[in-house]
Amino acid sequence: MELSRFPAYLAGRLVKAAIVVLAIVVCNFFLIHAAPGDPASIIAGQSGAADAKFLEQLRAQFGLDQPLYVQLWVYLKGVLTLDLGFSHRQQASVAALLWDRLPATLLLTGAAFLFAIVIGVTMGALAARRVGSWSDSVITVLALTFYATPLFWVGLMLVLLFSVTLEWLPSFGMMSVGVELSGFAWLLDIGKHLLLPALTLGLFYVAVYARLTRATMLEVADQDFVKTARAKGVPEGRILRRHVLRNAMLPVITFAGIQAGQLIGGSILVETVFAWPGIGRLAFEALLARDYQVLMGVFFCTSVMVVLFNLITDLLYAIVDPRVEVS
Amino acid sequence: MRGFWRNFCRNRGAVVGLVILLLVIATAIAAPWLYPGSPWDMAGMPFAPPGEMGMMLGTDSLGRDVAAGIAHGARVSLLVGAVSTVVALVIGIGLGAIAGYLGGLADDLVMRFTEFFQTIPSFVLAILLVAIFTPTIGSIVFAIAVVSWPPVARVVRAEFLSLRSREFVQASEVLGKSRISIVFGDILPNALSPIVVLSSLMVASAILLESALSFLGLGDPNMMSWGFLIGSGRSVIRMAWWMSVFPGIAIFLTVLSLNLVGEGLSDALNPRLARNRGGKA
Repeated sequence: MELSRFPAYLAGRLVKAAIVVLAIVVCNFFLIHAAPGDPASIIAGQSGAADAKFLEQLRAQFGLDQPLYVQLWVYLKGVLTLDLGFSHRQQASVAALLWDRLPATLLLTGAAFLFAIVIGVTMGALAARRVGSWSDSVITVLALTFYATPLFWVGLMLVLLFSVTLEWLPSFGMMSVGVELSGFAWLLDIGKHLLLPALTLGLFYVAVYARLTRATMLEVADQDFVKTARAKGVPEGRILRRHVLRNAMLPVITFAGIQAGQLIGGSILVETVFAWPGIGRLAFEALLARDYQVLMGVFFCTSVMVVLFNLITDLLYAIVDPRVEVS
Repeated sequence: MRGFWRNFCRNRGAVVGLVILLLVIATAIAAPWLYPGSPWDMAGMPFAPPGEMGMMLGTDSLGRDVAAGIAHGARVSLLVGAVSTVVALVIGIGLGAIAGYLGGLADDLVMRFTEFFQTIPSFVLAILLVAIFTPTIGSIVFAIAVVSWPPVARVVRAEFLSLRSREFVQASEVLGKSRISIVFGDILPNALSPIVVLSSLMVASAILLESALSFLGLGDPNMMSWGFLIGSGRSVIRMAWWMSVFPGIAIFLTVLSLNLVGEGLSDALNPRLARNRGGKA
């Protein structure tokens, strides 16, 4: 893409992202109102008192006696100033709770994503190089297997193998409890705790990316510019890296954007299995306590993460592929 | 029909898948006779390992038979998978048909709506829906359907877009048939094969989704399910591995079989495509 048109492209994407976020906020608002029992009685139930006068007072306090559109406006204004409500269970603002847990989730999903991309693309490239060989069949079988295995069960089986039977890796939390570590030892400790959850979350996508890379590489390898390069006497390894793999990466980037929501949804399960102190674990705790405010916050926060990730992949795509038109 | 079977059976994986799937269905139907009584009742000592005390797959922390739980859980998994897929198909076909047949503004609106649902983290939305409407079999089916219709809408729209300008549709229009009868009588029957393939994959992912929800404690509290079994085995995995291993294998086999059958259906309904791929996927 020409550099001069880039700002317009960026602006268009930002507007689209903003609309999606706005729609999510509206969606959240109506979900609260769709819940059986109005929000006041839920709050009253959570703080343990529920006589009629207290309910009236709560309704007035939260503006629940106002017409619906006024409430929606107040709610929107609140979310725009990052006020996501207050968790009466945890006695903390939802935004603060989420902010606290965000780094752990970013670390987990980021590590799983990198692992999946690197291993998946490598495996796919190897398989595409020798169609019909054993590495090719291994990928097909792996993909079928991981498509069919529940994520949380993979996590439990890894715990059974590496923590319970072999006792190699910790199965619980993000760092060792009761020891003061610093510097390299601290990083190593987190790394050890990270390994199994990231592996669990990433394995499914390894299979997906391997399959995708294999398919697109085979497709690209048939095209004329590759034949031209070969006719010119470019070494085979260079053709594979510079001509085929580069072009085959484009669908992989697109797909990564599409899968972002699933990756974050999966992290809820993985964090529950491994007691990883991230947003997913927060969601699980909120579920147990029926803390709807926090659940809404988790939905909002994860949606924004997905929208941002999509924005990044869109921009990345536009930079990598000069053919993308500004629309 | 005979050609369909021959093409289906050419894919050996699909035949294996079909056999496994029929076995799972048979288990689900026969559960009340195989394991009479409630799967929630105590059947023996707590934490009996597999093979001991007459329990083929062991017992859980309350002495419930894991095998009975799996057999009864098959009913819930298959039921939720099938019903939520039907609901998602109704939503997806309806919206896809509107978008593809009417085109223009309607198409734009429906597609934006579909994109929105594909962007948001669907599992988080499903959790939220089930939690808010309290976990019952109905709310679980509803939540799964709400998050799984978008691919159907896309496929149906694409089919309708290409079919609506064909001659047989134009002929019906000239004959003065109503829009409804053109959509359901002429176009939809010709768009069925991709929908059939897609729906077998949707049942598979609905079963995975249901197991994930009930693993998190969002299952119907009156119904035994595979996800619940794994969830209850999670905290005691160090002393009772069988509680989480066997239900997981049940999920794996069922979902795998549905995926294999889906591939077989795809080969059988698009024989040309299957041959181009050299018969393997």
